[in-house]
Amino acid sequence: MSQNTMNLKLKIWRQKRASTPGKMVDYTLNGVNPEMSFLEMMDVLNQQLIEGGEEPVAFDHDCREGICGMCSMFINGRAHGPMTGTTTCQLHMRHFNDGDTITIEPWRSAAFPVIKDLSVDRSSFDRIIQAGGYVSVNTGAAPDANALPIPKENADAAFDAATCIGCGACVATCKNASAMLFVSAKVSQLALLPQGAPERQERALRMVEQMDKEGFGNCTNTGACEVECPKGISIENIARMNREFLKASLVKKKKKAGMAAS
Amino acid sequence: MAQNASYGLLKSSIGKKVFMALTGLFLCLFLVGHLAGNLQLFISGQPGQIQFNKYAEFMTTNPAVKILSYVTYFSILFHVFDGLALTLKNRKARPQRYHYKKDSANSIWSSRNMGVLGTVILVFIVLHMSNFWFKMHFGDIGVDAEGRKDLYTVVAASFEQLWYVAIYAISMVAIGFHLWHGFASGFQSLGLNHSAYTPLIQGFGKVFAVVVPLGFAIIPIYMYLT
Amino acid sequence: MSELNSNIPKGPLADKWQTHKNSIRLVNPANKRNIDVIVVGTGLAGASAAASLGEMGYNVKAFCFQDSPRRAHSIAAQGGINAAKNYRNDGDSVYRLFYDTIKGGDYRSREANVHRLAEVSVNIIDQCVAQGVPFAREYGGLLDNRSFGGVQVSRTFYAKGQTGQQLLLGAYSALSRQVAAGQVKLYSRHEMMNLVMVDGKARGIIARNLVTGEIERHSAHAVLLCTGGYGNVFYLSTNAMGSNVTATWKAHKKGAFFGNPCFTQIHPTCIPVSGDYQSKLTLMSESLRNDGRIWVPKAKDDKRKPVDIPEEERDYYLERRYPAFGNLVPRDVASRAAKERCDAGYGVGQSKMAVYLDYASAIERYGKAEANKQGLPNVDTATILKLGKQVVAAKYGNLFEMYEKITGDNPYETPMRIYPAVHYTMGGLWVDYNLMSNLDGLFVLGEANFSDHGANRLGASALMQGLADGYFVVPYTLGNYLADDIRTGPISTDAPEFEQAEKEVTDTMDRLMSINGDKTVDYFHKALGKIMWDKCGMARSEQGLKEAISEIKALREAFWSEVRVPGDKNEFNPELEKACRVADFLELGELMCYDALNRNESCGGHFREEYQTEEGEALRDDENYTYVAAWEYKESGEPALHKEVLEFENVKPTTRSYK
Repeated sequence: MSQNTMNLKLKIWRQKRASTPGKMVDYTLNGVNPEMSFLEMMDVLNQQLIEGGEEPVAFDHDCREGICGMCSMFINGRAHGPMTGTTTCQLHMRHFNDGDTITIEPWRSAAFPVIKDLSVDRSSFDRIIQAGGYVSVNTGAAPDANALPIPKENADAAFDAATCIGCGACVATCKNASAMLFVSAKVSQLALLPQGAPERQERALRMVEQMDKEGFGNCTNTGACEVECPKGISIENIARMNREFLKASLVKKKKKAGMAAS
Repeated sequence: MAQNASYGLLKSSIGKKVFMALTGLFLCLFLVGHLAGNLQLFISGQPGQIQFNKYAEFMTTNPAVKILSYVTYFSILFHVFDGLALTLKNRKARPQRYHYKKDSANSIWSSRNMGVLGTVILVFIVLHMSNFWFKMHFGDIGVDAEGRKDLYTVVAASFEQLWYVAIYAISMVAIGFHLWHGFASGFQSLGLNHSAYTPLIQGFGKVFAVVVPLGFAIIPIYMYLT
Repeated sequence: MSELNSNIPKGPLADKWQTHKNSIRLVNPANKRNIDVIVVGTGLAGASAAASLGEMGYNVKAFCFQDSPRRAHSIAAQGGINAAKNYRNDGDSVYRLFYDTIKGGDYRSREANVHRLAEVSVNIIDQCVAQGVPFAREYGGLLDNRSFGGVQVSRTFYAKGQTGQQLLLGAYSALSRQVAAGQVKLYSRHEMMNLVMVDGKARGIIARNLVTGEIERHSAHAVLLCTGGYGNVFYLSTNAMGSNVTATWKAHKKGAFFGNPCFTQIHPTCIPVSGDYQSKLTLMSESLRNDGRIWVPKAKDDKRKPVDIPEEERDYYLERRYPAFGNLVPRDVASRAAKERCDAGYGVGQSKMAVYLDYASAIERYGKAEANKQGLPNVDTATILKLGKQVVAAKYGNLFEMYEKITGDNPYETPMRIYPAVHYTMGGLWVDYNLMSNLDGLFVLGEANFSDHGANRLGASALMQGLADGYFVVPYTLGNYLADDIRTGPISTDAPEFEQAEKEVTDTMDRLMSINGDKTVDYFHKALGKIMWDKCGMARSEQGLKEAISEIKALREAFWSEVRVPGDKNEFNPELEKACRVADFLELGELMCYDALNRNESCGGHFREEYQTEEGEALRDDENYTYVAAWEYKESGEPALHKEVLEFENVKPTTRSYK
């Protein structure tokens, strides 16, 4: 393949561990093939660093096909880089130019502490799901799958919300580091389906409470999350969660025991 | 894990936003009423003076208006303190800032600067109230031909000063930007989002954000020029 | 060499599972509280098992190396999940699903397991729907289905091209519920580094906290490995970067037999390699073969753009060779046919190692149907194409987008270029009918075991197996084993066996950290991948395999003297994680070659060049190889072979024909 390769300047956040301060460090990377994915470009950089006796840049990644939600870089001021609807692993170097300076930072949020370099801890998302992002049905207790017809429109809307990959780009890009898009996607998915109806009020209350506890900011409806979400999840879901939460707050009786007890 | 009983609506992030929206949208209504009253300033000469002062007296003495005005004071204060609380929490949510963040790629300027715009508006409200509201309620101002407190003359005198007109106009720009985002945002916070109606609400919000502040701003400019 | 006991229940095939369930022992709820279970891996098998066991009252510890259980590689499965619901009324049944799977697996899987899989497949769909998994639905509100390779009914349930994601998130939600209830303790960013055997029973694991580097001991009454496949031994595969063999390999080194390690599935529709920096291959769902047509030019080295090549100069080789199934032949057949065309010089693209997957005729067909539906009798071609593209976008939009993102080409306008890539490993740790390995207390679920797919897996069956094992099999069979353990009490982690297992781990890491050579881990991984792909990939030969064995040995030696692992072991160190995994792949690769060398036949994904028909089809040897090759690890010398002879009482093995 006779493509023109690119020479790049990289400014990357380096931080040894959570407890030590970090800083932006400059690197030069030559001979980058435009057909590479962004993470393959990082691989090449890391090969160079290791061979040069330096520590490679730690970053999270796994499936490299845009679905696991593990990759998480803030590239040139934007979550997952300049392309919309794209995770970092699906971003390709053909969208950059020879001589570009690329700034790469970790997600920044109090609820996503840095582990090392570009890796952050997103277990706060798991705890939010644990607070109520499920239907309480034990294995074996399910009726026939077609016993409950669901209008296609609702099933599709639930699916659209359910495509969230939990990457945290919404939090990373929000000026307030708010997790409302993530939380509302799950609340919406289950609120749109009859299976989720029995617990919808409790779910909204609990998940929002956990979200607040984790230290995420408030939603100020800038809509940035929706633009940067690699799965294009709509802020209509946030409105739906606001509705669910408000309704639940006004009418729900406080329960002593949690819904989680099975 | 039981629901924490002390965790009320007001303490939650969404609750705070709901109150922000309720007070904000109420203040939008207030703006409409206020502007309707102000439009009387376009009536020139003595009839205008009498008409405006009559209106001012009505606004300060009518019991229903009084109740509404207390709701307005409350809304402003609540909107301010709630907004402050939200801003502080939001700052804490990202202790380490980005080296480079390209916000313009995904959101409009006003949506990201509601706090700044709100502060400008707050300063304006203080100035505005100390000039007109305070004088009307507690100040020693003259009376007009029909013996009512002559707020009209106070207003007219203020709007003869260029700097005051300028501050007034600039503040209206701030309100315009605040509304440009805030109007539709209020509906979103209340959960009122629907694919059919939201575009209408957004469109109306933008018209509102231009027309109402423009209406407010034209009056002092008009008075200054005439 | 010994015969292995698969513990298949007696009785007619269709009654075995029910009879077994009725007769196996149970653990009462009070006793379950005193029993600990370790589940390694949180994909479909692991998450569903951990959630179900937690619901039943066991104390579960769940481990995953990812930062969240939701990221396990099951998430990347695209096409769908099979179930014998027969909602289409197209003649599907449990028996037919069983039969298709046995045949698809080229008669190298265990009848009883496969029948059970087909039986519980219907429950899986029910369970997932109840959890809120948003499967595709029809306008009437009922579930939709689509067809998949290797079968003639529509039994595949799907959620656009993200079925694996939706199923995993369903299992993850069930798991999260148990975490909240305190029944499951979650250890994310933890990697299992060793298995601990106490008195001949699996009693715990050594895990590394990947964030702090700390080595931890965890004990339990049983250990479940749900750690997926080992396709990354090829370096380039459709697996996630982190997918690895370490957990099962460590168990293998502790005595667990490895079943059919050479059975590797090469998926026919992947995006071709673009350069040597390539880190992984991306699958384009098999569902694309429903509507896409696969072809190469009839002329060698045809330099024209695909759209400029006229119809009569195209070779739709699958339709030509397999008229009955056409583009929907099973994966192994489709992959080999693509390789055959490319090896013969008809490949396309810059590397000449690709074939076309063309949607032009599907777009036209759908466009016409849509025009009829909308009552537009005399529309122009442009409108037909526009309508057709809309229909195709609704069905496959996300896949087309993904293709465009990766290649920069628009598949609505020009055919996609595809080539086979390593996708799934049918082999895995040997297990009996109860999913227990030959080591007591070590259960293996999902892709990590060898059990259900024989020599080739049919599309949309991996999700089915993972969830079947986790939701509906192991919750029963584990109790049968644990019934003996109700008086055992907590297992101490101070036992010398734990100490020894931990020492093995720290010694290995210390050794890796101290080599300080001049080559990166990836260098060795890529070199291994190349050997495996060239000599133990889509086509294998005796000579090639023998070469591969000695090359891998040499590479392994080089690895242990020349690799450089930067950083510190007591910290977050992704390079060290990779090094530990690659060290195990370097041993596994050799075993795969031994297995491939031993199997003097061609079946399913295993194609030995010496054993083919004149037309180039696989030539099975039922007389000599109707068995599972279960390999025992030997500290030195060659691995030892044990055989489980496969009995076909219900299906008579025939030559698989898709013509």
